[in-house]
Amino acid sequence: MDTQTAWVWLAKASYFLAAVMFILGIKRMSSPVTARKGIVQAGIGMVIATLATFAITGGHNLWLIVGGILVGVVPTWLWGRRVAMTDMPQMVALFNGMGGGSAAAIGAGELLKYAQPGAPVLPAATLALAVLGALIGSVSMTGSIIAWAKLDGRMDKRFTFSGQQFVNFAVLAAAALAGLALVLWRLDSSLVVVFFVLALAFGVLMTLPIGGADMPVVISLYNALTGLAVAFEGYVMQNEALIIAGTVVGAAGTFLTQLMAKAMNRPLSNVLFSNFGGGGAGAGEIAGSQKPIEASDAASLLYMAEKVIIVPGYGMAVAQAQHKIWELSQLLIKSGKDVKFAIHPVAGRMPGHMNVLLAEAGVPYDLIADMDDINPEFKTCDVAIVIGANDVVNPAAKTDKSSPIFGMPILDVVDARQVIIIKRGKGTGFAGIENALFYADNARLLYADGKEAANRLIGELKAIEGGGHG
Amino acid sequence: MIDGFLALYIFMLAAFTGKEIISRVPVILHTPLMSGSNFVHGIVLVGAMIALAHADTPLAKFIGFLGVALGAGNAAGGYVVTERMLEMFKSSKDKHD
Repeated sequence: MDTQTAWVWLAKASYFLAAVMFILGIKRMSSPVTARKGIVQAGIGMVIATLATFAITGGHNLWLIVGGILVGVVPTWLWGRRVAMTDMPQMVALFNGMGGGSAAAIGAGELLKYAQPGAPVLPAATLALAVLGALIGSVSMTGSIIAWAKLDGRMDKRFTFSGQQFVNFAVLAAAALAGLALVLWRLDSSLVVVFFVLALAFGVLMTLPIGGADMPVVISLYNALTGLAVAFEGYVMQNEALIIAGTVVGAAGTFLTQLMAKAMNRPLSNVLFSNFGGGGAGAGEIAGSQKPIEASDAASLLYMAEKVIIVPGYGMAVAQAQHKIWELSQLLIKSGKDVKFAIHPVAGRMPGHMNVLLAEAGVPYDLIADMDDINPEFKTCDVAIVIGANDVVNPAAKTDKSSPIFGMPILDVVDARQVIIIKRGKGTGFAGIENALFYADNARLLYADGKEAANRLIGELKAIEGGGHG
Repeated sequence: MIDGFLALYIFMLAAFTGKEIISRVPVILHTPLMSGSNFVHGIVLVGAMIALAHADTPLAKFIGFLGVALGAGNAAGGYVVTERMLEMFKSSKDKHD
């Protein structure tokens, strides 16, 4: 075995090791106890695979490669370290877009290389995978960038015009035709350029009309697509690490996207091809009135309660109230009350996002319950506190067929004896729909900023407890 | 060269593996998991490195460089945010240690 062959063998062995570590790492991320070890393990796999790759590049363009890695790693590492937990979804979108872009770049490089006059002819299957990977990667890149801009508040929530569906379809069809022509007709560099412009444009056009409420599903979908694009380019490059890791992520991501779409009761086709999350149309007027409550009265209710369920939503995180809410909960737990947190699958901006925000505030994960586990408990609960959540507690999802959220599973907060809703004003939720819960007989609204409300409740509760014992 | 049908088998098995390992994940870990799987497809960096190593024209070098930088950003950023999120998950039992 000569030296070059030995290096290639070493690299292939390292890829095998990395693939095993990725799969075990993702598996370990499936339990809170081992999750941290899981990501570290996957990280070590990545370092091994990257180092091994230097062995087979034979030192060609070495400094360009090292420079490219530094240009990619340094800013994202620094940015990732200091980004706020509330901004995680858009960061995931952005990093995912980079991966899609990288896969598209590999595709572009390969297609242009074989488009040169005198270049060897690629088998049609390989060419087709290069084109498909490039198409998916490009869409994932520009789509993720739009998703990032929307979630980061850099772009209006939605952008629609008449005939949009038709234009989107036409652009996708044109991109597919260009790709098909590259595979079956002629591999031509100017056609490659046209193909990429169309693919990149389609990613933008496809994401523009999608509303903020649906964005988690879309980010998850793009994550799966990037995985697929990486796998396809892996076949082109004959690289096992890309094939395995890309396919695993593509499948896992697709499954996760389905879970999310199901939790929101939004078939994926609706998310992608209909407009939602902007208009408040559909829901009728609700009878009754919103009944306000003062912090002192709310504190008395809590003081007398035995069982309290807290339902946090994204509004709580925006108000940075999670630390104060946990302080309030600790106070309640100390006086012997049963306190739990109820999380809707899509609370926050992504499934599980709310858990991350609560964990950041120090809430132990065993106090946090999923929707299916907690829903029967609302009947025996004395006080439910809703803070910053809206659509996920709206009973209209069960009763009002004309409501855009009809059919979405909700937290049955309305079953609790008393419901205290902490809310800044009388506005509607993210989806722009009136909430029947706010008008229910057992519901009281505490109008205040989340953090401010929690602070006042803590103060009042301490005063009551002090008076009671003294 | 990976033979056509072998490639198809690898694809199928890896896809089932991906679905299986994620199906046992509790909802509380969905966001870190999405972020973690986002990190894993940062392996695209390896492919981009090989592509750049084979690049000879200025245009190919430019595209290759872009691929390496974007792939490295995906991997590094994905790792950092996932690790930060998972670091925070603690059980109430941990507190009494």
